Amino acid sequence: MRKKLTPLLEWGTLLITTGLVCFFLVVILWDLVSKGASSLSWNFVSSLPTQGMTSGGILPAITGTVLLTMITALVAAPFGVSCAIYLNEYAADNWLTRLIRASIRNLAGVPSIIYGLFGLALFVQGLQMGTSLLSAGLTLGLLSLPYIIITTEEALRRIPASTREAALAVGATQFESIRDVVVPSAMPGMLTGLVLTLSRAAGETAPILFTGVAFYINNPSGYLNQEFMALPYHLYMLSTQHQAIEAVRPLAYGTALVLLIVVFLLNLTAFYIRYKYSKNE
Amino acid sequence: MSNDLVKLSAKGVNLWFGNKQVLKNISVDFEPNKVTALIGPSGCGKSTLLRAFNRMHDLSPDARIEGKFMLENQDLYEKGLSVTQLRRRIGMVFQKANPFPKSIYENINYGLKINDIPKAERPGIIENALRESYIWEEVKDELEKPATRLSGGQQQRLCIARTVALRPEVILMDEPCSALDPLSTLKIEELIVKLKKDFTIVIVTHNMQQAQRVADKTVFMYLGEIIEEGQTKDMFANPKNELTANYVKGHFG
Repeated sequence: MRKKLTPLLEWGTLLITTGLVCFFLVVILWDLVSKGASSLSWNFVSSLPTQGMTSGGILPAITGTVLLTMITALVAAPFGVSCAIYLNEYAADNWLTRLIRASIRNLAGVPSIIYGLFGLALFVQGLQMGTSLLSAGLTLGLLSLPYIIITTEEALRRIPASTREAALAVGATQFESIRDVVVPSAMPGMLTGLVLTLSRAAGETAPILFTGVAFYINNPSGYLNQEFMALPYHLYMLSTQHQAIEAVRPLAYGTALVLLIVVFLLNLTAFYIRYKYSKNE
Repeated sequence: MSNDLVKLSAKGVNLWFGNKQVLKNISVDFEPNKVTALIGPSGCGKSTLLRAFNRMHDLSPDARIEGKFMLENQDLYEKGLSVTQLRRRIGMVFQKANPFPKSIYENINYGLKINDIPKAERPGIIENALRESYIWEEVKDELEKPATRLSGGQQQRLCIARTVALRPEVILMDEPCSALDPLSTLKIEELIVKLKKDFTIVIVTHNMQQAQRVADKTVFMYLGEIIEEGQTKDMFANPKNELTANYVKGHFG
């Protein structure tokens, strides 16, 4: 009897856990869509906010978040990938490397508000960049670095030694072997890590709070040296700080929905790139 | 040293991984245009010895090597010697087929490219290498297909073609058939016998029938030492050492 019941119990527990996770996901999505869909319109995503945010669109917040994410990628990807390649391919396995690796893992656990304060001290004040798109992008870049390093290193580690040796055996230098064989093989994993990191960065509020985000600007964000609007901050303001919270609630839901769509599109891009790579293998 | 009968040699070689000594006072000569098999039980150091010849241990920081490795008159561990040049003269085929994640054509083209072989010559070299490795007929219509879609045996022949294309003097093979089915194994063995016309081949194998089928000479290793070496026929028929006798009869391994 026990032999029969136990597998059923194990199977059931796992199924219920999975179901529970999916259930919450569906509830959140349903809540957002049902309350936000009505505010979605071409006008909502293509025009500036008007009348103290109670009507009009959220175009500056969309462009702000998109540009911010691009700057984050430009800052974090080259440094993060290079660092991961160094750590995984070149660095000797000694106490120094282990210390560096442990530090990076710890950095990934630092709360994002700390990055915000650090960005304020370093970029906004120290380097005199002011509260601006650039300062915020650099801050988010710093926040993303440890994640990109960790995921890239994981992707590189999955490439077997025999792949590297194949290149060396035909006369490639270590650098050529990494550039031509190892990195292309690891690319799907690296891109997944990169995009997941960026979609997380796109939704961050705390790091940009002190470094450049603004509640309202009257032009589509787009200047590196100026403040900008961003979706997550806009959402935060609409849902907690606005003087007419009840009135702007549909707009807040609409904003949340747009943020979700932006993140979803990013993930879709990653999915597409991975698909293309896997077809070439 | 310029003995016509020695292409590749090791003299007084000791090799450690960390504190563990894996090769003990190895001295061995390989004759040109012959197939020499390295046999012995797992962990006897035969793969380690093979990989020392094209300096595959260079990237393992815990490997320490003593002794002399020579390719004709060239000291393989000479200071200032270009490892990439050396590896062009001593090619290698690995235990598990490891084609690049590129097309069949690119798999061979890559080696030519990084060795600066003129672009105009490459297509001819590639076709020739595929023909020499008896895989041309199977892949000639789909050279742009990813190499990873080939069968295991085809992949391994492609890896041999990739090595052959660079015209090395020596080809090292590290159990090239251990992951293949009997039919693919047979094809590769035929290929090896044909290739010795142009190349000196050293093959590590676990399979004693294989050693007898392909090798002119055989070297038996045990616990990091060479126990016996000689003509393959003699060694399998009349092993001089008791360990060799037990091994070739399959009493341990």
